[in-house]
Amino acid sequence: MSDLRTPLARARGLGSARDGLKHWWAQRLTAIALIPLIVWFAISLVMLSGADYAVARAWIGSPLVMVLLILTIVVGLHHGQLGLQVVIEDYIHGDGWKLALIVAVRFVAVIFGLAAVVSILRIGFGG
Amino acid sequence: MSVANRPVHRPLSPHLQVYRPQLTSVLSILHRATGIALSVGALYLATWVIYAAADAKAYALFQSFNMSIVGRIVLGGWLFCAFYHLANGIRHLFWDAGYGFELKDAYRSGWIVVAVSLIATVVSWIVGLGLV
Repeated sequence: MSDLRTPLARARGLGSARDGLKHWWAQRLTAIALIPLIVWFAISLVMLSGADYAVARAWIGSPLVMVLLILTIVVGLHHGQLGLQVVIEDYIHGDGWKLALIVAVRFVAVIFGLAAVVSILRIGFGG
Repeated sequence: MSVANRPVHRPLSPHLQVYRPQLTSVLSILHRATGIALSVGALYLATWVIYAAADAKAYALFQSFNMSIVGRIVLGGWLFCAFYHLANGIRHLFWDAGYGFELKDAYRSGWIVVAVSLIATVVSWIVGLGLV
């Protein structure tokens, strides 16, 4: 037997979208990448939480920090977006709300991520 | 309504309210809660960078909130969430690799996560935020 689903289940058309593994793997990959990034970021945050304008800009604008900060923000937001999608799928049962929230989370993540990256580049390249 | 579209009402298994909270289940839901908090906090931290790219006056306004009691609590809370989610996330990665599923091991790793995240949080609050 190649398919264990009941005829009714097949008629309803719901089931695996064959997309789960990619999501699962992306979540783990970003998690592993975030282990060193978040340790670095947390230490930096502690050290710089009271930094004034000049200090903050000098720090953000140094080449190594730019790279690590962009990585942290992009990978972090991607990881957060993947996680929130799972939470939404688990707890929001109405199809409309579910889809709307997942789309909204993605949009917000991309907008804030892009804004942060542009800001970092602007500071680094003296715009 | 066709059979295919009719909603299914299957019996549900007993849910959260019938179980006594235990370390493993509390840590599990805390992983989700801190994950949500970290995501919201990430937007706040992104805003910080965005303000740093703006003029000095806008940045000073943002920093004055950061330095206020509420701002310190937000940053301190984010740091706790980060340390907890980091430590428990590593615990999850070990499970994904197939290690640590014995009940004894799950409890031991759970308590390690609690200890590590609390120590890291307290140290970060003392060193950086001047909270303690």
